[in-house]
Amino acid sequence: MSATASPARAAPRLRVPDAALPGLGVLAVLAALELVVRAGLISGRFFPPPTDIFSALVRQLGESAYWSAILHTLEGWAIGLAIAIAIAVPVGLALGFSEILYHATRPIVEFLRPVPSVALVPLAILVYGTGLQSKVFLVAFAATWPLLIHTIYGARDLDPVQLETARSFRIRRTDRILRVTLMGAVPYIVTGLRIASATALILAVTAELIIGSEGLGRSINIARQGGAVDEMYALIVTTGLLGWALNSLFAVGERRVLHWHPSQRREAS
Amino acid sequence: MSRRALLVTVEIATPLAVLAIIWIWTAGAESYYFPPLADVLSAFGDTWVFERFTSDVVPSVSRLAAGYALAVVLGMSLGVVLGQQRTLRRMATPVIEFLRAIPPPALVPFAILVFGVENDAKIFLIAIGCVFPILLNTIDGVAGVEPTLLDTTRVYRIGRLDRLRYVVLPAAAPQIFAGMRTSLSLSLILMVISEMVASTNGIGYFILQSQRSFAITEMWSGILLLGLLGYLFNAIFTLVERRILAWHRGARAGAG
Repeated sequence: MSATASPARAAPRLRVPDAALPGLGVLAVLAALELVVRAGLISGRFFPPPTDIFSALVRQLGESAYWSAILHTLEGWAIGLAIAIAIAVPVGLALGFSEILYHATRPIVEFLRPVPSVALVPLAILVYGTGLQSKVFLVAFAATWPLLIHTIYGARDLDPVQLETARSFRIRRTDRILRVTLMGAVPYIVTGLRIASATALILAVTAELIIGSEGLGRSINIARQGGAVDEMYALIVTTGLLGWALNSLFAVGERRVLHWHPSQRREAS
Repeated sequence: MSRRALLVTVEIATPLAVLAIIWIWTAGAESYYFPPLADVLSAFGDTWVFERFTSDVVPSVSRLAAGYALAVVLGMSLGVVLGQQRTLRRMATPVIEFLRAIPPPALVPFAILVFGVENDAKIFLIAIGCVFPILLNTIDGVAGVEPTLLDTTRVYRIGRLDRLRYVVLPAAAPQIFAGMRTSLSLSLILMVISEMVASTNGIGYFILQSQRSFAITEMWSGILLLGLLGYLFNAIFTLVERRILAWHRGARAGAG
């Protein structure tokens, strides 16, 4: 779009190298926040200046409680996500492969899918108590749906010619499912996995906040109740960084796994 | 029986069968956690029609509507600006990516600190959680508008506002709606979360309170209500989306 700007306007403009823009944006936002807080526009009691948050974060890096909180959150995330994969991918493939199964379960899936996972928090507390099990149950429940839906769509979105071809070559049913349906659904599954991972992290932190299972969520709550505002924000920033790191990890994995898929070609160019 | 008729029969019969199984199983099981479905349904009638409707459902749904509306307005306006300005977009991307990665529940303490325990904190939480899918999809949609279309509007000297109204927004609409759909289910989740921490009314508050006082049938009736609400919102959204995107051939596929 900037290419159409008239040369008269473009000439005196300061040229900033394109690669520096993201860093510049972050710095600008941080500087603005720092200024606003230091100038007293926002009370430091509610929102400490970024430099204070940063130094609190650095302080925490040396504490073992901080790292164990991160590990506890990741533990719930990983186990829950693994359970969700173990349920959603096979079930999704079966529902996508068989027309009758798909129609039989569609109303049930459509009804259960919008049930907010957090509505089950009280049930989880009742049945599993306040420990890791509750967290894993909630994470698995929430992460299963996006993955299941994506797998079903992926399996159903298959080019019929591919299935017909496999059938005319008399490829066995199990091989058809594994080699044609599954492979065709992989792009969808991978996208569903990325969404499920984000959902899983949200639910892990939620469980820690509300139920009080060990992890970053509980640490945030404790910091708030203790009035340690800097620490609280440092922990919130940590959850953000964690979410960002997991998301990037999945994005990289997606590109690796799907390097053959057309959707990745455009991005590479 | 034709294949189509078979499929329709299966689609109607299976949920009924599942309901019947749950009904019979819970009636006979005497399980403490899973009360008979008949009891849950009668508790549902007693609780929600309409005794607690004004005291809990109305506050919950109005907070959800306010937060969601705020997210739509914020996400779309910011998204349109960032989608059209490449430099700004490049600068804002890392900030957005980071903020988006913060699980919204982690912001509950922040919202309570800044906005107190009243409505504002809950609306803020719903809005902040819902804004990112809408924002990111709007940016992608606006930035992805066919360049030829934009060049054409420029050649015809169509003004900025008209270009936005007749070219950019319609072109980006399918993607914006995809984001809004994602946000819709998020908004319900956030509504419940915001009511489970520091609240005095709302559906989420009721469910947690029921659990704490071991009123298990009432708790289940609340969960059932949330499921119905989620289903209802989704249905309304699909109707609106079909209407607005009727011209778009991918509308049905995108609605998935």
